[in-house]
Amino acid sequence: MIKRRGHKIREGSQGSPQPITGPHPPTTAQGRGGHFGTTAARSTSVPAPPMAAPAPPSRSSPVSLRARRPPAANGGRRGRRRERARGGAAMEEVSARFVAQKISKARWRPLPAAALQPPDVFATGSWDNEDNRLSVWAVGELGSGEYLGEPQLLCDIGHDGDVMDMQFLDQERIVVASSTGSVTVFRHHQNNQTLSVNQRWEKAHYHVDQDTSCGGAACTGVICNNPEIVTVGEDGRINLFRADQKDAVRTIDNADSSTLHAVTFLRTTEILTVNSIGQLKIWDFRQQRNEPSQIFSLTGERVPLHCVDRHPNQQHIVATGGQDGMLSIWDIRQGTMPVSLLSAHEAEMWEVHFHPSNPDHLFTCSEDGSLWHWDTSTDVSEKPSFLHHGGRSTTYLSHSTINQSVVCAWLNNDPTKDRMEITNLIPNQTLSVNSLDVLGPCLVYGTDAEAIYVNRQLFA
Amino acid sequence: MEEADTEPPLVVVPGADPASRQLCFEWGPAEVLVCETRFGRGGGSPAPGGGDQDIYIQTLRKLFNESHGVFIGLQRCEEELAGKSRKAHLVQVSKNYRSVIRACMEDMHRAAAATRDPALHSQYSTQVSILSAMELIWNLCEILFVEAAAAGPLLLRLLDWIRLHVCDVDSMVREVLSSENPSKHKLFWNLGNTQTLTELELKWQHWHEECQRYLRDGTFASNPHMESICKILAGDENAMLEKKELLTTWYHFLVTRLLYSHPTVKPMELHFYAQSSMDLFLGEESSPEPLDTILMAAFEFELHQVIKECSIALSNWWFVAHLTDLLDHCKLLQSHNLYFGSNMREFLLLEYASGLFSHHSLWQLGVDYFDHCREYGRVYLELHIERIPLNTEQKALKVLRICEQRHMHEQVRSICKIMAMKALRNNRLGSALSWSIRAKDAAFATLISDRFLKDYCERGCFSDLDLIDNLGPSMLLSDRLTFLGKYREFHRLYGEKRFSEAAKLLLMLMTAHIAPCSFWMTLLTDALPLLEQKEVIFSAEQTYELMQCLEDLTAGKPDKQKLLDDDVETTKVEMLRLALARNLARVIVKEGTLEGS
Repeated sequence: MIKRRGHKIREGSQGSPQPITGPHPPTTAQGRGGHFGTTAARSTSVPAPPMAAPAPPSRSSPVSLRARRPPAANGGRRGRRRERARGGAAMEEVSARFVAQKISKARWRPLPAAALQPPDVFATGSWDNEDNRLSVWAVGELGSGEYLGEPQLLCDIGHDGDVMDMQFLDQERIVVASSTGSVTVFRHHQNNQTLSVNQRWEKAHYHVDQDTSCGGAACTGVICNNPEIVTVGEDGRINLFRADQKDAVRTIDNADSSTLHAVTFLRTTEILTVNSIGQLKIWDFRQQRNEPSQIFSLTGERVPLHCVDRHPNQQHIVATGGQDGMLSIWDIRQGTMPVSLLSAHEAEMWEVHFHPSNPDHLFTCSEDGSLWHWDTSTDVSEKPSFLHHGGRSTTYLSHSTINQSVVCAWLNNDPTKDRMEITNLIPNQTLSVNSLDVLGPCLVYGTDAEAIYVNRQLFA
Repeated sequence: MEEADTEPPLVVVPGADPASRQLCFEWGPAEVLVCETRFGRGGGSPAPGGGDQDIYIQTLRKLFNESHGVFIGLQRCEEELAGKSRKAHLVQVSKNYRSVIRACMEDMHRAAAATRDPALHSQYSTQVSILSAMELIWNLCEILFVEAAAAGPLLLRLLDWIRLHVCDVDSMVREVLSSENPSKHKLFWNLGNTQTLTELELKWQHWHEECQRYLRDGTFASNPHMESICKILAGDENAMLEKKELLTTWYHFLVTRLLYSHPTVKPMELHFYAQSSMDLFLGEESSPEPLDTILMAAFEFELHQVIKECSIALSNWWFVAHLTDLLDHCKLLQSHNLYFGSNMREFLLLEYASGLFSHHSLWQLGVDYFDHCREYGRVYLELHIERIPLNTEQKALKVLRICEQRHMHEQVRSICKIMAMKALRNNRLGSALSWSIRAKDAAFATLISDRFLKDYCERGCFSDLDLIDNLGPSMLLSDRLTFLGKYREFHRLYGEKRFSEAAKLLLMLMTAHIAPCSFWMTLLTDALPLLEQKEVIFSAEQTYELMQCLEDLTAGKPDKQKLLDDDVETTKVEMLRLALARNLARVIVKEGTLEGS
């Protein structure tokens, strides 16, 4: 495929690296590919005037990232955003399908431990429909080697209420959070391609109503670490379930006075939650106290956080996405504020995911209809040439293990070394991208335009 | 008012019996709500009726979603292109629309083949035929209006059009050629006829002369088949009419006729041939169907007639809305004004988008259509968006985002208020406060702050500390909220044993009139332990101010004196007075000694 690769803009390539102060977005890289030549020469004193940008940033043109620093953080970040040409070769790598339901969640089925092949089955959940469904899809070659153009439906089952969140518990079981407050474990029978209810916790989340007895509250997030399942909801409650037990193992009522939007495991006994007043909280299930063990928050702005993900290898690095589309990177070992704030999408960031095996890459999707690929690995051209011949994924893996294992690129605040390449994978989408999932070289995402997309050559 | 074009269709409301009960109705945005009244006896279930029924067909959702993308693309490119590339672009857009229809048709076809339920099968088949009719009309409009082909290419386009929609020829060729002896096959001559009828690459003039010569010479007199082919090639209309059953439709006949007798037909002459072809072909026995009238109107270049007929014949607004929008971009509709609304394009788009909004799930698509209706779009959107049911916060956030992007402050306020009210009803004070802060709704924030304070008075401790401690600048939204935040700060300072700061803050809350009068007693009571501390906290001046506050409180409301007679209250006041007096005594001594030394 033809990739539009602009010239690399090196920051601070002349003289000492220049710190970026607060609200001066134009001084950061005007990432318009070839427009500015290879080196963006900047004056070394006062923040340089914008480098005569030929075009005003519009929705579809790459805009510079505004590096915003919280007061405590000691370094700005910047990167540039590249739009991948859509159409032609780029179209071939993405297969799409209109599914006549708005997709709220899409998740790859996890691969067995020793698997070498890319993932080929994923599940989706719908929302805002009269009858919402949980569906399982297949992509990829059939046994005969015939390539399937678009995802094929394997089976589906009705779901009561909107699918708010969804996680695979193991190869066969899917945990689904509903807007009715119930949490259901579905089993996917792979021999006869059917779905059935395996376990259900009705009203796992509920409001204690003033007048009536109780009403269900939407369960907004679920995370699994087989056999444990943690759910959070609009009622500010945290539940800990075990897949094989009927009752909740642990419930923290009134864990949060506002809505909890998402949850993820930090370690086996600790979880992270984000809420609608911009707080990131750590909860330790070993403690009997119903209080968070630590609270982090964005400074004063109370911008709701919608999603959270933890770095797969370095557990102290956490990424969150907010209502204003901002990506925050936190180092939970230190401080109570994010290490860096990266101005990203124009509307709510619904999901953020580190690549599970290749965590230099991060993916975010948003209400504004964009899906961004953040790449902090060094530029491909600077890699030793022999690596080009290997398989793509191994290239990246070896690269990241050799160079990046000691200092993580996400916490790297040195502006000279700080190169981040950002690609918008869907430039012309108008409706929200609600969910994405990455596994191996494959990306799946679902939108409010009632379509699911699969990209099977993410690093091609 | 203009007269109705046709008789209004009769809609049967399921389950209603007008004979026994009266029906009432209410106009909705795109539908009519019909329900039985209790006027007779008993209640009935309401039933929605009217409106855009195709919106609810599951299989058409793909059509709506995919064409939405094409529509947006068309509106976006509008400003950028000019001149020739513009026309090419418009044709491309038109082709995209058609391919969307085709894709949907294929899906439907597959679904029809897969299903075993005969009712479902016939439903799908009807849809397929409707879609194919829509594509047929669209394609013709594309040729005549969007592309506006000139005399020469016009015929070629029309031939393509026929080829695309009358597709049995190709399959017939295959069948004949695969049999052993082509000329003996029963279809051979049919095929020969059909093929010549739609032959594209022919040197017409040459052929024509040659054919007429052959005909004169009687070369083919021995073979009637060859003779008829030859006649057709020569443009003999009667010969063509003899093969009527092969032509299937009058427009096929029309194109054939044009090909063999008037290959350089000008667009303006089309309608004449079209009319006579239809008359000849249909003859006396059958009257034109809606599709025929629509196509005829197109051949007559009666744009508005086409749109009108389509609106009547089709059960959706999708087709007319998108077609009209495209034609409007071709600048073909500008002269026409409606006696209501702003213009035809906008009227149809509004109708279509309203239909989408009445759907439980497709409403998100409607937003963009409203955006592109300059005159009334916004008003429509404002009215519709407030009526979206908000069952989860996430949905509310999506709706809010739509409103905020368009600076619809009134709607933002109203949605936040709804959510705040819901949260309040669910006893989620924290959430309710967050929503009212987002709505910048001071009155509601005051209400919720009062609830917090009430809870505090009852329980003696604050709930939702994580929220109140993190109010930040939003605390300034309402006086009561400021007080709540500050009061909580007082408690924190007190808890941290920073007594003098706490005392100062407490006094400030009263003297600056941040605290509501009803709460002063509680504040003064809170001052008690500070007054009784071992070391002196309040200065003499502060103590005087405290005393004044107490006196203001007791003297300010003489009518409520009776209430104060309540034993507890009197004891409290007495205790306060005593504590204040003792504190004053201590502070005078202390300040005196400090100054003296």
